[in-house]
Amino acid sequence: MLVPVEWLNDYIKLDVTDEEFCDRMIMSGSNLETCEHFCEEMSNVVVGRIEKITRHPDADKLVVCQLNIGDREANGKDEETGLLQIVTGAPNVFEGAYVPVALHKSVIPGPLHGQPKQEGGVKITKGKLRGVPSYGMLCSAGELGFEDKVVPVAHKDGIWILEDNLTPGEDFAEALGLKQTVVDFEITPNRPDCLAIVGMAREASATFGVPFSYPDTAIQETNGEGESSDYVSVEIRNPENCKRYVARVVTDVKVEQSPWWLQKRLMYAGMRPINNIVDITNFVMLEYGQPLHAFDINQVKGGRIIVENAADGEKFTTLDENERTLTSDTLLIKDAERGIAIAGVMGGLNSEIEEDTKTIIIESANFNGDSIRKTSNKLALRTEASSRFEKGIDPNLCEAAADRVCRLIELIGAGKVCRGSVDVYPEPEAARTIDVRVSRINYVLGIELDRQSMVDIFESLEIRTAGEGDIITVTPPTIRQDLLGEEDYIEEIARIYGYDKLPVTLPKSNTEARIAPDMAMRNSIREALCSMGLNEIQTYSFVSPKGVDNICIPEGTWEREFVRIINPLGEENSVMRTVLTPNMLEVLSRNYSRKIPAVGAFEIGNTFMPDMFNPAGLPNEEYSLCIGMYGDGADFFKLKGVVEEMLKKMGISDTMYIAESEYSVYHPGRCARIAVSRVTEEGGFETEELGIMGEIHPDVAENYGMGGVRIYCCEILVSAIIRNSDTEIVYSPLPKYPSTSRDIALLVDEDMEVGAIERIIKAHGETILESVKLFDVYRGKQVEEGKKSVAFNLTYRDKDKTLTDEEVTAVHNGVLEALKNELNAVLREM
Amino acid sequence: MQAQLNKILEEAKAKLSEVETLAQTEEIRVKVLGKKGQLTEILRGMGKLSPEERKTTGQMANKVRAEIEGLLESKFAEVKAAAKAAQFKLEKIDVTEPGAPVNIGVKHPLTITMEEIYNVFMSMGFSIVEGPEVETVENNFDALNAGPNHPARAMTDTFYITDDTLLRTQTSCVQVRTLKKQAPPIKVISPGRCFRCDTPDATHSPMFHQIEGLVVDEGITMADLKGTLDSFAKQLFGPETRTKFRPHHFPFTEPSAEMDVSCFKCGGKGCRVCKGSGWIEILGCGMVHPNVLKVGGIDTEKYTGFALGMGVERVAMLKYGVEDIRLFYENDMRFINQFK
Repeated sequence: MLVPVEWLNDYIKLDVTDEEFCDRMIMSGSNLETCEHFCEEMSNVVVGRIEKITRHPDADKLVVCQLNIGDREANGKDEETGLLQIVTGAPNVFEGAYVPVALHKSVIPGPLHGQPKQEGGVKITKGKLRGVPSYGMLCSAGELGFEDKVVPVAHKDGIWILEDNLTPGEDFAEALGLKQTVVDFEITPNRPDCLAIVGMAREASATFGVPFSYPDTAIQETNGEGESSDYVSVEIRNPENCKRYVARVVTDVKVEQSPWWLQKRLMYAGMRPINNIVDITNFVMLEYGQPLHAFDINQVKGGRIIVENAADGEKFTTLDENERTLTSDTLLIKDAERGIAIAGVMGGLNSEIEEDTKTIIIESANFNGDSIRKTSNKLALRTEASSRFEKGIDPNLCEAAADRVCRLIELIGAGKVCRGSVDVYPEPEAARTIDVRVSRINYVLGIELDRQSMVDIFESLEIRTAGEGDIITVTPPTIRQDLLGEEDYIEEIARIYGYDKLPVTLPKSNTEARIAPDMAMRNSIREALCSMGLNEIQTYSFVSPKGVDNICIPEGTWEREFVRIINPLGEENSVMRTVLTPNMLEVLSRNYSRKIPAVGAFEIGNTFMPDMFNPAGLPNEEYSLCIGMYGDGADFFKLKGVVEEMLKKMGISDTMYIAESEYSVYHPGRCARIAVSRVTEEGGFETEELGIMGEIHPDVAENYGMGGVRIYCCEILVSAIIRNSDTEIVYSPLPKYPSTSRDIALLVDEDMEVGAIERIIKAHGETILESVKLFDVYRGKQVEEGKKSVAFNLTYRDKDKTLTDEEVTAVHNGVLEALKNELNAVLREM
Repeated sequence: MQAQLNKILEEAKAKLSEVETLAQTEEIRVKVLGKKGQLTEILRGMGKLSPEERKTTGQMANKVRAEIEGLLESKFAEVKAAAKAAQFKLEKIDVTEPGAPVNIGVKHPLTITMEEIYNVFMSMGFSIVEGPEVETVENNFDALNAGPNHPARAMTDTFYITDDTLLRTQTSCVQVRTLKKQAPPIKVISPGRCFRCDTPDATHSPMFHQIEGLVVDEGITMADLKGTLDSFAKQLFGPETRTKFRPHHFPFTEPSAEMDVSCFKCGGKGCRVCKGSGWIEILGCGMVHPNVLKVGGIDTEKYTGFALGMGVERVAMLKYGVEDIRLFYENDMRFINQFK
């Protein structure tokens, strides 16, 4: 909301600096976006009158102007004629025109046409254009610091043509009152009343404790022919969506440019001056927040205005010359025969004010915000009016706004106002009176403010008060549609009293800080992985469905059971991830393409699956852990080591790694399912899969632009880790008796798994086998084709005594026997 | 014999003065004092001597032996020291060469920031609660007093899964879940991922993290809100930090505020980080709207509460001077490694 301070001063006189104004308004709830000082950087720009225009001898598109700049001294001023020669290419100059002249060594805010805006403005100096001296520059409004969208229609594409009542030689900024401060306030959605200069004056009044005055709506002479009702009748056929419709009629209209003071108000508030009638309706809209519209009465057939819904499929051409197809929920303003405006959104081309318009109807109506929002969305047409109606407008504004328009028309002599108005207002909006309690306000705010101070604050906001004792009966102005419950009034007290004056205390209650158990476990996993040198990453929860294609997941698998977003930003963020691996590979790939030689990373993040039993309900969310690595000696066993150590830290040591050759993400010979085995309550034995790990399939690596790079990944279900985790620490005493160790080397078939051999050894180690460690796998000389030699170190220990050689040998032989019988493993000579 | 002894002594002296190594010294020792050494030989031959001669020769032999032993001892010490010195010289290293790499991994900067924030709130007795990323429209909007036409509900602002479920736009919905199942006193923070339809650029991300807080108890006042958050700011940004509360609007709190902290880069004088104002907006907060408390069936006359919420990315960007939010999700290792 742009608030030109000069305009605000029309209603409230504040004796504060701009800075103080902003600071205090912020602290009472009007948050600041920007505070801009217009034309600060302008100097040496004067009003000039073009006395003579001649053609440039060497350029078709340039003309040479002789300017009267009064008695202003200027470099290049002709001593004889007293005129200043300036060459311009602007098409709209004419002899007798008053224009802004940037003299030699002047500064204009800029930017120059087609150039970017510069800090500190642009310096103008004399020069020669195609050989003809030019002692300055004639300026457009854009060059003088105004945005294109606010430059008056009349001189949109050329030099700024000024009003004739100026004096040549006058300082331009001073003559036009250009040096102004404009404050842009952020208006929160609960305060549409502040989207109006009057609303901001009301806020300023409460903030500074200075009274404000309403705009002048008293029409002096209603000298238009007849009464408004002689010209127009109004019928509301959909009172739900049109609470009120006020129409007033103005005759003898002269459509022309607005006086400068009016143009200026609009320009600084961000709107483009068009013509006096449109400008006045815009001015009053900015002033009161009430959108207004003017119809040419000749185009309102039968003098009838009917507010009702359009027919489905009805065609209508709006002011912007677009033909639009309406639906039966579009609220339409019609005359006796046809639609003439889409209510609250945009007028029709068929009833637009033209230069020869003589009699107009001013519409000041209240339309339902929801209805306007729907229409605006359906037509993809948002206007200043529609966005204001959407936010909600007080129907009690209609009359004052209509009167204000008429008063301004009268003031600038743009027409003659007819007596009376046509006002259809089936159910007048009543104020919402409630009781609030002094004690409650103090209780919530932690203060001890007396009743009178509260009453004063309410009254400063035009909230009427009554009642006594603890009760204040409050009646807000109907413009304040946000004031509903006691809590809303507590806020009014707080913000005007001052948040900064509230005391600073701490809650008295004692509570115990707890952390969600699952979260603590995830933290542990994170700590473990970081301590092993992996970096944590975070990637989007929504992904492209192509991710699972890239990791070669076949059709019809659970990884493709996506939770889909109805309105994604794009396909690449359109489904919720079911696995983390594609994101991990994307990150690895990005790092690889940036020439980072080695990466070890992990992510702990949510994955999503539709709930099979309740597809319309919330999906199942499961935390997953993904580890990925390449480079720096990364291989399967390095990753496996990390996984094992992490699981050990999480209290899972009995893990199994089961070779998997079917999962298409991974190398068929270098992939394992990670499982944990545990004893059931019935004493049985069961396994649960935790996840999968392996070397990424070369085809998958190729899909990520990493062909030929060996990448290792795993994806593990965090809930499965948590389910199987036993992190209780149990101390066992240090051994008192020595251990004995024996090395064995076994000749086994090539595809015999080390894990199977270890299981046999452990199963037969009785109570004294303390550990089994693989220390060598050998293929080659002395080992026949298709076989391998695997060597283990077995450690025996008894916790109660020193083992004798015989005791160890007895058990050890039992182990060897079992290996031979069960696996056909032959002992090799060491 | 005595002459022999003297000769042995002189020879030993002479040889010892020449040798430099442990082995050579040992060789001399063996040659003189060893089982078949010169001195040993002499002592062995003493049996042939008269008792008289035996006595004097014996005395002399012992003296010579003692002297040689003394000489050997100091020679051994000398050559050992020399050997050690030589070895040290040989083993000298360039201590300025780099250490053998040992790598500790790094938590994601957003995790680091969140943990810092957790620690502050947990020190003040807040528990951490979590909820799902896909939420019901009810928990995300209805229960938070966002009217049916609240602009945030629009498909242009919020990602929907179905008409009734969406990607949560804030973690306040976890507070709704807490209110529904827990009776006061409540003192929780709810961290997590949130989603809004923002096209990614330097300051916007369609996914981001929030930490929201909720306190509900008897006698909780807006002064408590100020005190708690002022303490939070001082703990997170340093004890010199000042706070400023500005009125604002959120549907689920009334009164509502935004909290600014004095710029931790310039201390409030005005700089690039605070865009010259000396203040940085850090979080939104307010007294919980009675309509929200009613969702949990809480007696709004007896209990009051406050809520707060902040964007983790924003805090991290300010704290570490990260200029582009997208860096958090690119996961370039050169970026992440800086947070070690």
